Amino acid sequence: MIKFSKQQLKIPKMMRPVYMVTGGQSKFDRAMPDKRTEELCIDAFTMAAGLLNMSPAELKSYVHTAYYGHFADHFGDQLLGEAVIHDRLGLDPLGNIGVKTGGATGGSTVWEAVKAVASGYSDCSLAMGWERMDEVPTDEGNFLIAAAADKDWESPLGHIYTGYYAVMAQRYWQIFGKAEDSFRETLAEISVKHHGYARMNPFAHSPKKITVDDVLKSPVVAHPLRALDCCLMSVGAACAIICDEKTAIELTKNSANKPVRIWVGAGSHTLRPADRRDMDIPLLPNETADQYKDLGKRFPGGDRYPGFTGFLAARMAVWYGYRMTGVNDPSEDLDLLELHDAFTISDVQTYEDIGVRPYGEGRDYVESGDCYHTNPKTGKPGKLPSNLSGGLIGCMHAVGATGIMQIFEVATHIWNRWGEIHGDEKRWKDFGRKKPADWTDLQVKGAKRGMAISHAGVGSHVTATILMDPDHLLKEDA
Amino acid sequence: MSMFGQVYVKDNKYKLKGDFHHLTPNIPIRNADEGWKLMGVTNPRDMTYIHSYGGEAPFFEALGEGKLLATRCDNPDCEFKGTIYEPFRIHCADCLGKNTIIDITELAKTTSKVHTFMVCERAGAFNILDKPVKFINIEFEGIATILMSYLSVGDPEIGMKVLPIFRTKNPTCTILDLSWVPDGTKKEELPEGFTF
Ligand SMILES: [Zn+2]
Repeated sequence: MIKFSKQQLKIPKMMRPVYMVTGGQSKFDRAMPDKRTEELCIDAFTMAAGLLNMSPAELKSYVHTAYYGHFADHFGDQLLGEAVIHDRLGLDPLGNIGVKTGGATGGSTVWEAVKAVASGYSDCSLAMGWERMDEVPTDEGNFLIAAAADKDWESPLGHIYTGYYAVMAQRYWQIFGKAEDSFRETLAEISVKHHGYARMNPFAHSPKKITVDDVLKSPVVAHPLRALDCCLMSVGAACAIICDEKTAIELTKNSANKPVRIWVGAGSHTLRPADRRDMDIPLLPNETADQYKDLGKRFPGGDRYPGFTGFLAARMAVWYGYRMTGVNDPSEDLDLLELHDAFTISDVQTYEDIGVRPYGEGRDYVESGDCYHTNPKTGKPGKLPSNLSGGLIGCMHAVGATGIMQIFEVATHIWNRWGEIHGDEKRWKDFGRKKPADWTDLQVKGAKRGMAISHAGVGSHVTATILMDPDHLLKEDA
Repeated sequence: MSMFGQVYVKDNKYKLKGDFHHLTPNIPIRNADEGWKLMGVTNPRDMTYIHSYGGEAPFFEALGEGKLLATRCDNPDCEFKGTIYEPFRIHCADCLGKNTIIDITELAKTTSKVHTFMVCERAGAFNILDKPVKFINIEFEGIATILMSYLSVGDPEIGMKVLPIFRTKNPTCTILDLSWVPDGTKKEELPEGFTF
């Protein structure tokens, strides 16, 4: 589809306010030979209950429906793995359903839970996601991931998903990055930032103190992408508890968690980038058609939209999401982001899709220092910090859990509990990890609103989850 | 002796011959750090699937005959009538009408250009392409979409003119029967089994 009808552009409307009251996560790592997946899910759920000062059994008594995000049945080698987790969480005979939308599975799972509460079907829903990517060796794992591409037209080509993405990166690199060394360094800076923030996160799979030079010297995966530009392949689980207002107030009465309002917008685009036809750019509230008239002149070859360089699914997710919630300019209206940094370059592409910068100018978000917790150029708080968790590059990519981890991370800032949760000595010790001597509290001071983007592969599905302190809404009837 | 699983269709039913799976024993996984206590077990599995190409079958058959087929929406009521698709779409993405199959071999020989590409040293399990793998995405004049394939000779560049080549000797009947070479490549330089 390259033209939208009025019906298709309806601004999504929820029948009542929906809140996220808590969440939790397991440890994230490359492999966990000592734990079954359900043990990780129980860890995440127990943490969620703990943040409410409740026992898991008490929290379970509120859950009415459950949504489970698990992308790859063939990775876990268990069809209906959702039923196993649901049983082990002791939630039978409640209704539950599995959700899978590739890398966006976590975000989509929360989308479903939010709709269940918004509609009135449930007053409290569990969104739980996980992935088990350590039960096959890496080459076989690459084969299984490539099975998410079109099996007749793409997968036989090398069975390597990174490659299907890398052709998009190459085009962006040459057209919008103009193949400049300075752009290559900006990409490296993203990896340094995300591995660096992961050092402050006890859950994180890949904390690293590295330099731009280390990234630029890491092995080439597919030019211009190098090993340190790529996301992790992780094991772990994450969950969120989604409620109506009455339940949210009740559940948080003995907790430092303030219920946060939650909305999810979703978009999609063809599974094969090959099928993406030229179209007009759907504009965000802070954009005009005029500003893109000379895009092809400023960036020769950049006038085909979305071509291989923009993610229409991300654009549509925020197109709906911003209008639902009254976000006009994300840099002004939001306090922090968690983006789906599958690769450093896709992080930059996403800045444009979500309107943090106009198309063609994504790199400026990094180069200006706006994306940092503390802007390295000014020493002042970054304007719109992103991926303080470490993201997919530094924290984890346990596919079904990833989007939920990112939503949870944003919520911890709005709860003003980031430091407490991530600085907890006991947690570092329980995970067998050493808290660094220079551990820094990355709490975004006074955070009231944030967004997490959950994204599938070459952009087939994207969700934009927007969280707000209910006393700081942008729109009365949101 | 085992025999590869083989399938044909008769009376619109699959007829099977040979072995569709191979038996390999499970092996325990033990912990070297803790007195070799049991941690888990391997689950080997080697299985052959049976897959229908359905309405795309003509496309895959034609590759082995040296032809590149695409489809076009000819529905007079479609807002986007005349749109040509490569990848071959059985139905129009807009009106869902059945598309017309067209031969674009000549068009591909004269107008194909590299839209983008990537060169990758790694590949996943079961890969049969030579490494490094060189993916190219090809734009054609007058076609709405951009086909993904691979380059068999030389190094890719954005904007480079390329020509299709076809595995006409012992075709695999997969997308791998189609490949590309830079314009000007000589017949002798083509990989084994491929022709222009
Ligand atoms: Zn049509």
